Amino acid sequence: MFKTIRGRVIAIVLVCAAAGYQLWSQGLSLGLDLQGGIHLALEVEDPDGTLTPEARVDAIAQAETVVRNRIDQFGVEEPIIQRNGDRLIVELAGIDDPDRARELINQQAYLEFKLVRPASDIANRVNVIDRAVLAEFSQDSLAALGRLVEASEAAQDQAELEGLIFGGAGNDSTSASDSTAAAESADSTAQADEAEDEAPNLSPFGSLLNNDIDPTAGQVPGSFLVAESDYEVANILLGNARVRTALRDVSLHWAEELIPAGATSYRRLYVLDEDAFVTGDFLNDAVATRDMQINEPIVNFEFSRAGGREFGRVTGANVGNSIAIILDGIVVSAPTVRSRITTQGQIEMGPGTPMEEAADLALVLRAGALPVPLEIAGQSEVGPSLGQDSIDQGEIAGLVGIMLVLGIMIVYYKMAGLLAIGALAIYVLLVLGGLAGFGANLTLPGIAGLILSIGMAVDANVLIFERIREELLAGRATRTAVEEGFGNAFSAILDANITTLITALILFQFGTGPVQGFAVTLSIGIVASFFSALFVTRTFFLIYLSGKKGSDPISI
Amino acid sequence: MRIFGNAAYRFIERRKTAYVLSSVAILAGIAGMILNIASIGAWQNYGVDFEGGVMVQVTFSEPATTGDIRAALGGASGPDVTEFGSDGAFIIRAEQTADGNIDASREEIQASLAEAFGESAFLIDRSEGVGPKIGAELQRKAAGAILLSFLLTLIYIAIRFELRFGMAAVIATMHDILVTLGFLALFRVEISLPTVAAILTIVGYSLNDTIVVFDRVRENMAKKGARKRSQVDLVNQSINETLPRTILTSGTTLAVLMALLVVGPAVIRDFSLVLILGVLIGTYSSIFVASPALIEIQKRMGESKPKREPVEHAKDAIPT
Repeated sequence: MFKTIRGRVIAIVLVCAAAGYQLWSQGLSLGLDLQGGIHLALEVEDPDGTLTPEARVDAIAQAETVVRNRIDQFGVEEPIIQRNGDRLIVELAGIDDPDRARELINQQAYLEFKLVRPASDIANRVNVIDRAVLAEFSQDSLAALGRLVEASEAAQDQAELEGLIFGGAGNDSTSASDSTAAAESADSTAQADEAEDEAPNLSPFGSLLNNDIDPTAGQVPGSFLVAESDYEVANILLGNARVRTALRDVSLHWAEELIPAGATSYRRLYVLDEDAFVTGDFLNDAVATRDMQINEPIVNFEFSRAGGREFGRVTGANVGNSIAIILDGIVVSAPTVRSRITTQGQIEMGPGTPMEEAADLALVLRAGALPVPLEIAGQSEVGPSLGQDSIDQGEIAGLVGIMLVLGIMIVYYKMAGLLAIGALAIYVLLVLGGLAGFGANLTLPGIAGLILSIGMAVDANVLIFERIREELLAGRATRTAVEEGFGNAFSAILDANITTLITALILFQFGTGPVQGFAVTLSIGIVASFFSALFVTRTFFLIYLSGKKGSDPISI
Repeated sequence: MRIFGNAAYRFIERRKTAYVLSSVAILAGIAGMILNIASIGAWQNYGVDFEGGVMVQVTFSEPATTGDIRAALGGASGPDVTEFGSDGAFIIRAEQTADGNIDASREEIQASLAEAFGESAFLIDRSEGVGPKIGAELQRKAAGAILLSFLLTLIYIAIRFELRFGMAAVIATMHDILVTLGFLALFRVEISLPTVAAILTIVGYSLNDTIVVFDRVRENMAKKGARKRSQVDLVNQSINETLPRTILTSGTTLAVLMALLVVGPAVIRDFSLVLILGVLIGTYSSIFVASPALIEIQKRMGESKPKREPVEHAKDAIPT
C-alpha cells in the first residue's frame, strides 16, 4: 500500500489520527517542574547505621503502605508513590501547601501512653544522671558544652532546685560541696575562670534544671524545666550511652510546649515509665474537632476493644496520677487521671493551633504510624506560578525557534523547504501524541528537548535535500535525483539517529524526573523524525512531482 | 540558494592548527579545573544535585538586595545568595549540615526570611534539597552514563563502519566533552542534572555530525578509483561535500537554541548555553578532530604493525 501516493497519504493520515487521538484523549500531563508540586525521596532514619540492608528495604516497604494510605486520605490527584531499593519516592503534583504535605508524609505519628513517674521516684534520678555524666564526660568536653563555665550560677540553681525537690532534706555530700564551691566563686565574677579549675561543676546535668522559675512546676510532678538555650546541651548529655544505661527503667521525653518566663522560655522534661501501656496500634479512629470550652482544636480518638481494656485497667489503677500522651517521642499532654477511662481519649492541640493541623494529626493517626522514622534524603519543590511562567516562556521560545527554522528552510530550499515544513508539522504532532500515548510528563528540560529535536529533525531533511541537489547538479533527471537523494541519505540518517537514540536511552536510565522527561522527548523525537523525514517528506515530494514530467525543474 | 556549494577547502592539511587550538582550549580548561580545586575545593562548581545541600529560589514582592537577604540569613557564614534573572528573584544555597538534615536547613532558611522580611514579602518559587548519599550516587551515575554512552556508540560505529571510524568518533567526542567541561570549569557554570543532560546531548549531537562526515567517507572509499587516491584527499572531499549540510543543520539547531536562551525560562538558561557551546564544538570537532583522527589512525594502522594496540595510537591522535 506504500507504493502508491494514495496509500502513503492514507498511512500518514492514519498515523496522524492516532497521534491526534492520543493527544486529545490522554492530554499532555505536565511534570512537577511545570505544574508545581513536591518530590520527596525518603529513607529510613538510621543515624547509627545499625539496620541491615534487608531491614531497610523491609521497613520502606511497610512505610510505603502507610504513606500511600495517608496520601489517599489526604486526597491528592494521581500521586506517585514508588519504592526504589531502600528509598521511597513520593511525587505530589499541584499541591498548594508543600509544607503541610511534607509533614503529613514524614510524620511518624507513633502514639504512646506512658505513666508519669511519681515525684517521690524522680528525686534521685538527677543524681544518677549527674554521676553518669561525670563518669563519662571529661572536664574538657564538659567545658566545651558550657557546663563548666556556668558552674557558679548553675550550682546555685542546683541548690535551690534540690531545696525544691527534696524539701531541704537529704542533701548528700555531693551537692553540699557543690553549693560551697558555688558560694565561694559566686562572690567574684572576675574569678569565674579560676573557679572553673578550682571548682568543677559536680552537677552538670542537675544544674540545667530550673524548676524554680515556674510557679506551676509543683503541679506537674515527674517533670523538670530546662531553659530553651540549654535544650541542646541537655540532649547531648541525655543521649550519652552511659546515661541511657543508668536510666534503664525510665524514659525521658520533652514536652512540645514552650513555657515563656521573662526573657527566656523553658521546656518541660518528663520522667516516664520505660514502657508504654498502650500505643497508637490500638487506635480505631481519630477525629479532629474544636473543643468549645477551651476553644482550641482537639483530636478525639477511640481505642479498639483490646486497647480500651488495657487503658481502662491502667487508668483505673492510677486515679490521681498523671499519664503522658506521647507523639513521636514528644509529650503532647500529661493530664491527671480523674477516673477510669476506657475507649475514648483526646489530644489537645494547644491554643492558636490551626484546625488544619488537628485534621492532619487525626488523619495520620487513622492511617497508622510509620514503622520507623523516615528522613528526607532528597526533595524538590516547585511553586505553581514558577511552573506557569516556565510554560509561557517555553512556548514563546518554541514559537520563535520554529519560526526561525521555517524562515531558514524556506529561504534556502524554497518549495522543498515548504514540503519539509509540512513534514515538520506532522513531526511535532507525532511527538506530542507520542508523549501523551506513553503517558510521559512534559518537563522543562523536556520542552528544551522538544525544541532541540525540532532543530535536529530538520537535519534529516537537509541531508536528503543536499543529496538531491548533488544528483541534480550531476545532471540526473528530476525523479531519479529525488529517488537517489533519498536513497543516498538513508544510511547517514539511520546511523546518526541510532547513535543519538543510544545516548537518549542511557540518559533515561540515568536520570530522574526532569532529565527522564528530556530523554523521553528526545527518544520519541528521534523516532518521529525518522518517520517524518523518510516517509512523510518523501510522500510530499511524490505528490509534488506527480504533476511534473521527468525533466521538469524542481524548486529546491 | 546554496552555501559552500563547491567548497574545496584543504581541511586536513590545516589539522596542526586545529590541534594547537584544541590543545589550548583543553589546557585552559584543565587550568580552570585546577584553579577550582584550589579555590572552591572541587574541580567543577557542583550544584546541590551532586554536592548535596539545599537550594531555595525566592521571589520578593518588595525590592530586596542580596545584601539584605544575606544579612537575614546569618551574614558571611550563612548561605550563599545570588540574584537570579530579574524581578526580585534570588537563589539561596546552603551547604550540607553536619547531620545531613536537608529539610531542617530548608525550614531554617524559610523561617529566617519570614522573620526578617515578613511571611508575605516573598514567595518560594522552588526548592531543592539533596542529602549526601543521593548526591554521591548521582556523581557516580553521571560518570557511568557518559562512559556507557561512549562504549555503546563505539561498538555501534565499529559494527556499522570499521573500528577506526569508531575510535576516531570516540576521540572527537572525548575532545568535545573535555572542552565543554573545561569551559564549565572556567566559567564555574553550575553542574546540575540538566547540565549533565546537556553534556550527554552534546555527545549525541557531535556523534551525529561526525557520522554524517564518516558516512560520506565510507561512501567515497567504496567508489571506483578510490584506492588510487590518498586518504587525505578522500576525507577532504567528504568534508567539503557535507559542508553545506553541516553549516545548515548547525545553523537551524543554533537558531532554536538561541531562541531558548534569549526568550526561554531562566531555569534552563545554563542548559541552553551548554548546548549552544556543544553544537559549536561538535561541529568544529567533526571537521577538525574526528576527520584528522581518522587519518592519523589510518596512517598508523596501515603501517607494518597493524596488530599493535590501537588505543595507544588513539591517544597520540588527541591533541593534548
